Amino acid sequence: MKTKTDTIRVIIAKVGLDGHDRGVKIVARALRDGGMDVVYTGLHRTAEEVVDAAVQEDVDVLGVSLLSGAHMTIFPKILQLLKQKGADDILVVGGGVMPDDEAAELKKMGVKEILLQDTPPEVIVSTIRRLVAERGPK
Amino acid sequence: MMRRASSLDLVDAVSAGEPRAIARMLSRAESGAVEARSALDLIYQRTGRAHVVGITGVPGSGKSTLVAKVAAQFRTRRRKVGIIAIDPSSPFSGGSILGDRIRMGEVTGDPGVFVRSMATRGALGGLARGTLEAVDILDAAGYEVVIIETVGVGQDEVDIVRAAHTTVVVSAPGLGDDIQAIKAGVLEIADIHAVSKGDKPEADKTVSDLKGMLGLGVALAGRIVGRLAPVVKTCAPKNEGIAELVEAIDAHREYLASSGELEQRRQAIRERRTLKAAEVILHDEFENHREGRMAALLAELGTGRISPQTAARRLLAHVGMEASE
Repeated sequence: MKTKTDTIRVIIAKVGLDGHDRGVKIVARALRDGGMDVVYTGLHRTAEEVVDAAVQEDVDVLGVSLLSGAHMTIFPKILQLLKQKGADDILVVGGGVMPDDEAAELKKMGVKEILLQDTPPEVIVSTIRRLVAERGPK
Repeated sequence: MMRRASSLDLVDAVSAGEPRAIARMLSRAESGAVEARSALDLIYQRTGRAHVVGITGVPGSGKSTLVAKVAAQFRTRRRKVGIIAIDPSSPFSGGSILGDRIRMGEVTGDPGVFVRSMATRGALGGLARGTLEAVDILDAAGYEVVIIETVGVGQDEVDIVRAAHTTVVVSAPGLGDDIQAIKAGVLEIADIHAVSKGDKPEADKTVSDLKGMLGLGVALAGRIVGRLAPVVKTCAPKNEGIAELVEAIDAHREYLASSGELEQRRQAIRERRTLKAAEVILHDEFENHREGRMAALLAELGTGRISPQTAARRLLAHVGMEASE
């Protein structure tokens, strides 16, 4: 088992009025099996709460799952809050269901990757590893 | 820039209570980075103000829910609260799911509460590697109460007494009879007993079993030795018993201070920490040096010519730790 290493830390969050967390639990489990520490916030958090939690947990990656359709409101807010707190080195990754053109737009705003509902678990794990490797050590 | 800031550069920001610096320092403590050692030494010099409260109990007993309520109650008394919530690492992948925050919605977003989740990473005893350094960091950062929520424990994981001034053992109703209450182990370390899920009909029975156990101790000694641990019935979702629990925690702190036991406990914590740190160093040295030796020993073990005991002695001899007879 790893002891003295830089285990990747990920926080997985559900924001707003969205009670569907079967997907995030599967993602959390896949990342755990990929050797990462995964903090799960639980349902119905605000963007502020999620960003505060991400800062306190000193995560490498903030993963936000959204099935409510509010992604074009919530992601920009999260990006802005991270910037305000001087924490914009935290990599934001989105998941859930959304139109391709909006996913592209979110990536332009600074969301590092959007993993839609048909992404295989191993791709989620490898994507997180790649993004963290690209960013370099914290 | 926060990124790659040296640990020594973070120390003053930690003392000033800057969340990002605290969070980063906690990561360095958790990873056991060599680079962080002198910074942690400096931080240690700035500790000693916080009241460290351990909360332990079996998995599912309601620790996280109770911790959130207790923290909120301390907040109404204008005290800043740091929380270290520990969950287990996978023995297979090394990864973890840290779910204690799910229950802590109530205190999320309050700048007077800092919650950090930690994974055990193979540490036994109910705490994680780096937990005690994490307590130092939160103490130095000005959190007046630091709550350690242990991993869900069984009957024997009592490392929390190595870290906490006040230990609260949470018992959920309906998990055992009065014999469980007189067994050795976790129940013995309680300064305060909290019975959770107080709205269950069996809760009163659990309270009376615990009181019975404590009374037995008095009967055997023929007097009350020191202080009798109070038993507090709580029902967190209804906020029942929470103020009483926090009062019991404060009363214990008063007791420690007025009886002189606080300094004894502090010294005991220092001693256990030193011994544990030495153990960890030994263990890491062993891990680093044993590599490549096991294959040959396993082949020999497979033939049945040597026993695991003999193999262990040879392994130790190989890494330069000769066992005395």
